[in-house]
Amino acid sequence: MGERVVERTEEVIGAAMPPARSWVGALWLRFRRFVSRIPLHVTLIGLAIIWSVPTIALLISSFRTPQAIAASGWWNAFKIPFHFTAANYHSVLTQQGMGRAFVNSIVIAGPVTVLVILIAAFAAYAFAWMRFPFRGGLFLVMVGLLVVPLQMTLIPVLRLYVTLTPHITLPVLGGNLFGVSSFPGIWLAHTAYGLPFAIYLLRNFFGSLPKDLVESAYLDGASDVGVFFRIILPLSVPAIGALAIFQFLWVWNDLLVALTLLGDPRLYPMTVNITNLVSSFGSNYQVLTAAAFVSMIVPLIIFFALQRYFVQGLLAGAVKG
Amino acid sequence: MIGRRWWAPWLWLAPALMLMAAFLVYPSIDTIRRSFLGPTSKTFVGLDNYKYIIDNPAPLLADTHSAILNNLLWLVLFTGLVVGIGLILAVLAARVRYEAVAKSAIFIPMAISFVAASVIWRFMYVYDPHIGTINAFVTYLGGHPTAWIQNTNSLQTWFTSLGPTTLPHPIQIDNSALIIVGVWMWTGFAMVILSAGLKGISTEILEAARVDGANEWQLFRRVIVPMLSSTIVVVTTTLVIQALKLFDLIWVMTGGTFKTDVIATLFFRESFLVQNFGVGSALAVVLLLAVVPVMLIGIRRFQFQEETR
Repeated sequence: MGERVVERTEEVIGAAMPPARSWVGALWLRFRRFVSRIPLHVTLIGLAIIWSVPTIALLISSFRTPQAIAASGWWNAFKIPFHFTAANYHSVLTQQGMGRAFVNSIVIAGPVTVLVILIAAFAAYAFAWMRFPFRGGLFLVMVGLLVVPLQMTLIPVLRLYVTLTPHITLPVLGGNLFGVSSFPGIWLAHTAYGLPFAIYLLRNFFGSLPKDLVESAYLDGASDVGVFFRIILPLSVPAIGALAIFQFLWVWNDLLVALTLLGDPRLYPMTVNITNLVSSFGSNYQVLTAAAFVSMIVPLIIFFALQRYFVQGLLAGAVKG
Repeated sequence: MIGRRWWAPWLWLAPALMLMAAFLVYPSIDTIRRSFLGPTSKTFVGLDNYKYIIDNPAPLLADTHSAILNNLLWLVLFTGLVVGIGLILAVLAARVRYEAVAKSAIFIPMAISFVAASVIWRFMYVYDPHIGTINAFVTYLGGHPTAWIQNTNSLQTWFTSLGPTTLPHPIQIDNSALIIVGVWMWTGFAMVILSAGLKGISTEILEAARVDGANEWQLFRRVIVPMLSSTIVVVTTTLVIQALKLFDLIWVMTGGTFKTDVIATLFFRESFLVQNFGVGSALAVVLLLAVVPVMLIGIRRFQFQEETR
C-alpha cells in the first residue's frame, strides 16, 4: 500500500515538472519544492512565534528590576549590560503570600485528584461490569451533568457551608474542619464537580477492556474486589494517568470555586492570591509577572514531562461534548 | 459475577452518587427554586427575577443586556476563531517535519490558568508603547496606542482612528481584546483534537483526490472538512460551553468593568457581593438554559455511540 502511494506521488510531480535527469535537475526540483512551501513555513512559524511571545515576555520581565520594567519593554532586556535578578520572586514568595498560596494549591489539588480517581473508578467499575436496575438511565443523567454550569450549584453549597460553620470549630490544616474556609469543604466540592467527567472517561475505558479476561476471572472465583484491583486497575494505568493530570490541573487552575468557598486569606490558592494582587498592584508588573510565573511552573513541568498523557487525556475528554 | 448480591453495585456507586447528589443535583434544584424567591430566598416573587434580567432596570449596577450580548459575541467570535485557526494549524502542521515543536508552542497556553493568562495579557496590553508589547508594535507600524481593555470598543476605535474621518461605531459592545486572550488559550485544544482526527483520514483517499486533479484548496474544502465534520462538532460543543461559562478571564482582566461583563461575572457579583440570591439564581438558570441544547446533543451522540459499539 505504501509503495503505491509513493509511485502515485512521483507520477503527480512528474506530470507537473520536467523529469530530473541529472543532479542539477534534482536540485532544481528540490529548490522549486522549497520555494513553493515558503508561505506554509512563514504562516506556521509566524503563528508559533506569535503564540509564544506573551509567555516569553512574562518570563523575561519577571527577572528584570522594577525600575527596568517601568522604564522599558521586555525586548530591551538583552541590551548590554545584562541585568537580571531573582529579587521579584523572593519578594512575591515571602511578602505577597505566594509561598503559602503555593502550598495551599498543592493541599487543595493533591487530595482532590486522589479522591476523584478512587471514587470515580469504583463507580465506573459498577457501570461497566455490573448489571443493576436504572443503569442506563443513571448514566444518561451523568452525561447530562457533565455540562451543568457550576454556577447552578454555588449559592446553595455556600449557604449550606455558612450554616454549618458555626457548629464546627475544630481547626484542621490551618482552617476549619468543614464548611466555609476549610480544606475538607473545598475538597468535597471539587471532588463532586470532577466526578461526572471522571466516571464517564473511566467507564468508557473499563468497558473497552477484553471481556473474556474479566469473565474468566469471575469463573475462577475471583471477587469483585479482586477483579477491580488485580485486573481492571493495572490495565487502566494510561487512562488513570491522563485523568490524574487533567483533574490536578483543573483544580490547580480553578478560580471560581476557591473564590466562592474560601473566605480566609490564609487558605487562598495561588489563583485567588494573584487575582487579589491584580486588584491591589494593577500595574506593578514586577510583582504580577513573578507571581503569575510561580503559578505556571507546575503546569508547565507537567506539560513538558507528560505531554503524551496530556494529549491522550484531551482526546478522551473531548468525547464528552 | 454470578451470585452477586443485589446491593453490591450500589455499594460501589454509593460514594459517587452521594457526592453528586449533594453537590450537583440537589443544589441545582435548589437554585431553580431560589430563582423564584426574593434576594434572601424568603419571599415568593414569581418571575420578577427573570423580568429584572429582561428589563435591565439598573444598567449602571448590573447591565444584564450587555452581559448577554457579550456572551453571544464570545459564543460566535471565540468559537469561530478557535475552530478556524485550529483547523488551519492542524492541516498546515501535518505538512512539515517540525510538526511537534510548532504544535507545542500553540498548545502550551492550554496548560496554564486563566488567571495567569490574564496577567500575561494585561501586560501585553499596557497602554504605554514603551512597555506594552501590542502598543509598541502598533506605534512601530505608525498607528496610535490604544487602551485595549479599558476601551469598550477598542478594536473598532483603533480601526476607525486609521480612517480619514471618524466613523460612527455601529456596535457599542466589543470584547475583542479579551476574546483574543481566549483564542490564544484554546486554539491549541482545537488544533490537537482536529489534528488527531486528521491522522485518521487515510493517505490513500487524499492521494486519490490529488491524482484526480484536486488542488490543495479543493482537497481541504471537499475532502478534509467533510471527513472531519464529527470531530469539528465535538470541538465546537466543548468551546460553546466554555464561552457560556466563561468567568475567570474577565474577572481578572477587567472585573466586568468597561462593559465587559458576561452572565457568569454578573452571577458572581449579584450572588456573592450584592448577595441578591434571587437575581443570582435566575442568572445561573439562564446559563443552564443556554447549555441545555448542547447537553441534548451530547446525550444523543452518546446514545448513538452506545448503539454502534
